[in-house]
Amino acid sequence: MAGGRPGAQMPHLSKMERVVVSMQDPDQGVEMRNQRLRITVIPHTVAGSDVVDWLVQKYCISEEEALHLGTLLVLHGYLYPLRRPRSLVLRPDDTPYRFQTPYFWTSTLWPAAELDYAIYLTKKNIRKQGALVGHEKEHYDQLHRKISHTWDLVVMQAREQLRAAKQRRKGDRLVIACQEQTYWLVNRPPPGVPSVLEQGPERSSCTAGRVQMTKNTEFYKREMERYRKALTRARVKSSVCLEAYLKFSSQHAPHDPIMSGCLPSNPWVTDDDTYWTMNAPSVTVPTKLRVERWGFSFQELLEDPLGRAHFMDFLRTEFSAENLSFWEACEELRHGGQAQVHAMVDAVYQQFLAPGAACWVNIDSRTMERTLEGLQQPHRYVLDDAQLHIYMLMKKDSYSRFLKSAAYKDLLAQAVIPPEAKRRVFPFMRKLPHSSPSPALLPASTSGEPVAAASGPECGDGGT
Amino acid sequence: MATDGLHENQTLASLKSEAESLKGKLEEERAKLHDVELHQVAERVEALGQFVMKTRRTLKGHGNKVLCMDWCKDKRRVVSSSQDGKVIVWDSFTTNKEHAVTMPCTWVMACAYAPSGCAIACGGLDNKCSVYPLTFDKNENMAAKKKSVAMHTNYLSACSFTNSDMQILTASGDGTCALWDVESGQLLQSFHGHGADVLCLDLAPSETGNTFVSGGCDKKAMVWDMRSGQCVQAFETHESDINSVRYYPSGDAFASGSDDATCRLYDLRADREVAIYSKESIIFGASSVDFSLSGRLLFAGYNDYTINVWDVLKGSRVSILFGHENRVSTLRVSPDGTAFCSGSWDHTLRVWA
Repeated sequence: MAGGRPGAQMPHLSKMERVVVSMQDPDQGVEMRNQRLRITVIPHTVAGSDVVDWLVQKYCISEEEALHLGTLLVLHGYLYPLRRPRSLVLRPDDTPYRFQTPYFWTSTLWPAAELDYAIYLTKKNIRKQGALVGHEKEHYDQLHRKISHTWDLVVMQAREQLRAAKQRRKGDRLVIACQEQTYWLVNRPPPGVPSVLEQGPERSSCTAGRVQMTKNTEFYKREMERYRKALTRARVKSSVCLEAYLKFSSQHAPHDPIMSGCLPSNPWVTDDDTYWTMNAPSVTVPTKLRVERWGFSFQELLEDPLGRAHFMDFLRTEFSAENLSFWEACEELRHGGQAQVHAMVDAVYQQFLAPGAACWVNIDSRTMERTLEGLQQPHRYVLDDAQLHIYMLMKKDSYSRFLKSAAYKDLLAQAVIPPEAKRRVFPFMRKLPHSSPSPALLPASTSGEPVAAASGPECGDGGT
Repeated sequence: MATDGLHENQTLASLKSEAESLKGKLEEERAKLHDVELHQVAERVEALGQFVMKTRRTLKGHGNKVLCMDWCKDKRRVVSSSQDGKVIVWDSFTTNKEHAVTMPCTWVMACAYAPSGCAIACGGLDNKCSVYPLTFDKNENMAAKKKSVAMHTNYLSACSFTNSDMQILTASGDGTCALWDVESGQLLQSFHGHGADVLCLDLAPSETGNTFVSGGCDKKAMVWDMRSGQCVQAFETHESDINSVRYYPSGDAFASGSDDATCRLYDLRADREVAIYSKESIIFGASSVDFSLSGRLLFAGYNDYTINVWDVLKGSRVSILFGHENRVSTLRVSPDGTAFCSGSWDHTLRVWA
């Protein structure tokens, strides 16, 4: 029997097994009963509702979640229904279930062997006197063709197993049949039923001997180098780092639509896209929350095209607009096409760094020296140092002045707070969602920067 | 000679044990500055109220398992890819399909929307990442303008445009990540260090840096410098494959989702794991994670068909969302945080708000 190591590939299997083992604990497990089935009595059965209750108690979860978890246990064949064994469903009532024998656990007997399946189908065929139907008939015929040279062995095994089964008590026979049937329902599901054992494309952690990732001396040397470097790294105390999350989350909570809602309404909930129209990248009057966010960090200001535009206006009043232009040009270089690198570096040099340049930027002499040297061999990161210098300058200097400026205070004062949308009382007055032009329809920006897509009917809709 | 082989084995074994002891030292160093746990710090924070999120849109149209999705910057369009090779662009607000293309391979495990909204990238078992410009010209077949950009030696598991349409970052089953120039297909930088398949990546929202994080089947999450190709930080606390990594909105931390049924939070400045999001009743792997806009909530899609919502600060589970009928394979919060979208092996995508 071929084995993978299903426990390692599918860690959820071992966890499910631990659950069903706990369920069978004589003291703490699910209540076991004897179940009468026609004239036989089957021991060690559990009721569906008891399974659900046990899961609720054990994991402190809701009934819905417990039913869902229990259903997964049944779908993976760890529990099977006694009465309707073809239907792997967990009913939260007195429907009797039994725990699958470990012999038939997926982790014991995986992948399912073709030979075993052939024997199983042959037994069924014999019992039904040749009247197999549907996908089982198809598989039977396929297997018969495929392993016809050993078919005698298959039939012999099948007959032997049937003979041995006849010698058992009726109750045992029934249980073994259910166990086997469940195993095959899980490993060979009927058409239309997705296989719970499907894992998607193979991953290398499961297969041995993938040549390119053999753990050779190179690998360990690299690992050790990495550890040595990491040992010298400067770390920050946990308390400081964690406090930062509290600050960030509380500062941003009012801006988080899922946490705090959004005004006038969340478009997904009311089908009204006014929220998007009011927050479009280039509205005339931004919302108050939006303008507030520009004050959270320099990064937030720059990320918003409207914020950036207002900051540029402010810089002009301070005669330092070339700093932002330089920074933008460097961004374009860093994220631009490889073929444009040389031309861009040249253009940036001419416009911002050359002596007497039109928009000369004031960088400290050390950085300037290093940058000019680097320009001998231009590459996309050659302006990183200069860009960082200018960025920090703007962040520490101009940005803090911007936030204190009359311009920013005016923006805050004039910003709108959208009124909350009135709740619709009559369901048939529900607005149909507006369609909007795809960004792919708009003319692309030449610089390759993200084109701010208008996401609502800004032009000529009359507004709301 | 026989003795050479023996010698090499001894060297390998001693290297391995040396690496192990260095790793141990690193753990000790990291522990020295760990003076408090996140949930302790978060005791002061108000608990979250009742949480109601529902499916607001269901996108039906894929004929097979949905494997990946990404939002457009316009906050309403999405691209999704599936096992049967179909890649679809939807206006998820109206649920209209706007574009569809069939890839010449199955299991398209990665897809991404370009920042301009004018193109998409995708790939999977073809070992490549291809870029398709989005066209509304009825006479043009989308597949005609396809550009083959990335070439790996195993499946493509994840891809993402950087700040522009002109560069793509990819992760692959061949154990590497790579940065490519879209126009020429030139390899700009490659990232070696994972010991097994790389399954996911996310770009840092950092203001100055060029870094990204990747997660793989070697149970490691690694942070890379895009410029040098070097791994600058690595974390190895998961017990199984890492399926998904996503930065916390401030960029100072990232979350991961793994087959070990846990999600974890790693702080980059403290250089350690600072939180584990797990529950005994959650047995199946987490396939996909993303933060709400403020970083207070972590949405995680699982292989048991559910989505769990975690309070990032307190470490507790806030809500469990049912609805999908097979495993949740992909999950992303929309760019303005008004909703999140989940894709599933049940062939559908759902938008929740």
